[in-house]
Amino acid sequence: MLIKIAKPGDLRESDVTPESVYLSRRRFMGGLAGVGAGLALAGRAQAAASDYQDVPAGNPPGWFKPKLENAEWDSVVPADRELDKLTPFEDATHYNNFYEFGTGKGDPARNADSLKTQPWSVVIDGEVANGGRFALEDIAKPSRLQERIYRLRCVEAWSMVIPWLGIPLGDVIKRAEPTSKAKYVKFETLVAPDQMPGQDSSFALIDWPYTEGLRMDEAMHPLAILGLGMYGRELPNQNGAPFRLIVPWKYGFKSIKSIVRISLVEEQPVNSWQAIAPDEYGFYANVNPKVDHPRWSQATERRLPNSLFNPNIIDTRMFNGYADEVASLYQGMDLRKNF
Amino acid sequence: MAMPRYTLTLWRIAVFIAALVPLAWWSSQVAINAAGPEPGKYLLLNIGQGILWMLLLTLSLTPLTKLTRWKGFTLIRRQLGLWTLAYALLHLFCYAVFILGLDLSRLGSEIVRRPYIIVGMLALTGLIVMGVTSNKWSMRKLGKRWKTLHKIVYLVLGLGLLHFLWVVRADLEQWSLYAAVGALLMILRLPPIARQLPKFRQLIKRPGQAHA
Repeated sequence: MLIKIAKPGDLRESDVTPESVYLSRRRFMGGLAGVGAGLALAGRAQAAASDYQDVPAGNPPGWFKPKLENAEWDSVVPADRELDKLTPFEDATHYNNFYEFGTGKGDPARNADSLKTQPWSVVIDGEVANGGRFALEDIAKPSRLQERIYRLRCVEAWSMVIPWLGIPLGDVIKRAEPTSKAKYVKFETLVAPDQMPGQDSSFALIDWPYTEGLRMDEAMHPLAILGLGMYGRELPNQNGAPFRLIVPWKYGFKSIKSIVRISLVEEQPVNSWQAIAPDEYGFYANVNPKVDHPRWSQATERRLPNSLFNPNIIDTRMFNGYADEVASLYQGMDLRKNF
Repeated sequence: MAMPRYTLTLWRIAVFIAALVPLAWWSSQVAINAAGPEPGKYLLLNIGQGILWMLLLTLSLTPLTKLTRWKGFTLIRRQLGLWTLAYALLHLFCYAVFILGLDLSRLGSEIVRRPYIIVGMLALTGLIVMGVTSNKWSMRKLGKRWKTLHKIVYLVLGLGLLHFLWVVRADLEQWSLYAAVGALLMILRLPPIARQLPKFRQLIKRPGQAHA
């Protein structure tokens, strides 16, 4: 008698991206432009800065102010703004995973003052024609700042909704003129134990620098941005100032903070979490309610802030709710194997 | 070190209140919104560490008694053991209510699927067994076997540390501290070392004469 038992890695019918999902990518691309144009006409550009009156003013570099004044507000927003209400600034800045400043959620807010973010330069190297070390302002200069209100889903099963300010990652990569060998983009965080006390801990399992990576087509996707600000101001240090990645359809750890190096490479990079625990964290780390973390379920998430009386548990959505836009990138891939 | 009866009663009450203080502190932090955007998880994690404090304190009583011969340490052993159990039950309560949102079907599936939860539940089972047999009636009934049964406290310590280790994502500093204290308390129970403890007491008592 032959009994066939499905292995966890086997492809199921449910893993195949439905046609409607990948076809709708084209509609989204059109919609993205439409949203931006529509809101600009509505005079949203002037109104937005005052949306964040309760947010404490930062200390932005001189070049950031004119960019902020010229920002394209509400460039991408959640479809249901009641369901995806903005997380209060206080919570988004005092509940962080940024192990360079300690492993507690409150450690980054306590310790990140020591980070020196001005001046800041970034090395762009590898398979590019136009590489080198660039001042952050020169990287940001050619692109208009856009506000992107994204859901942020942590691999630890909690989530927030954050209004980021950033520039398309694709713009920056294009300007570096990648060669035909460039298949992946690798990112590195600053290493500076004198400014980042977590890097001094002899118990840390992470081998600094914190490293992340994207496939080229993921990096070129219009939803992937390089963040410079949030809540109508520059990034607070604990949120990855002055320059970070935001990839909203992936678990939060992919969105690497305080970037000092972007390398275009031929081989798939090994990201930090994958290096520590390859059975728990993969390269792709796409938000996927059907593929559990070995230690906990990913089917639901706790939308923060929550309270004792209401843990605010909601269903986690495929690709964090961005399936219409990104599912086509993974067409035909076994997402259980490529977790 | 003979002490009047009422002093020992006061001591037990003081220990009881001291064991309540962390719970009161964490609750007050939640009440004044100082526990962050996820107060349920704040309670879960802090109470989880509280279990280990209680367990390690309980396990330190025997070496402390040997070291000082003070009866007071023996008198609070059952109380601290029961506090360990109470903290552990609160920890499970926080997990079921604040993390799973009382979705009991998920509790069932998580218990059988996640190794760290299996280990945690085993440790809790050990604590419950010791808790329900901590009364005088059980001690009489079980006789010599009572002591053997309550040796599962060492197993509970191992399981508790393993549970904590499997929760850690990337920094072992805190865990290492608990594990080191746990290991020290185990070493102090090794017969050759345990025999030396009363001698240390004499050294502490009469430091001058020790050299004479």
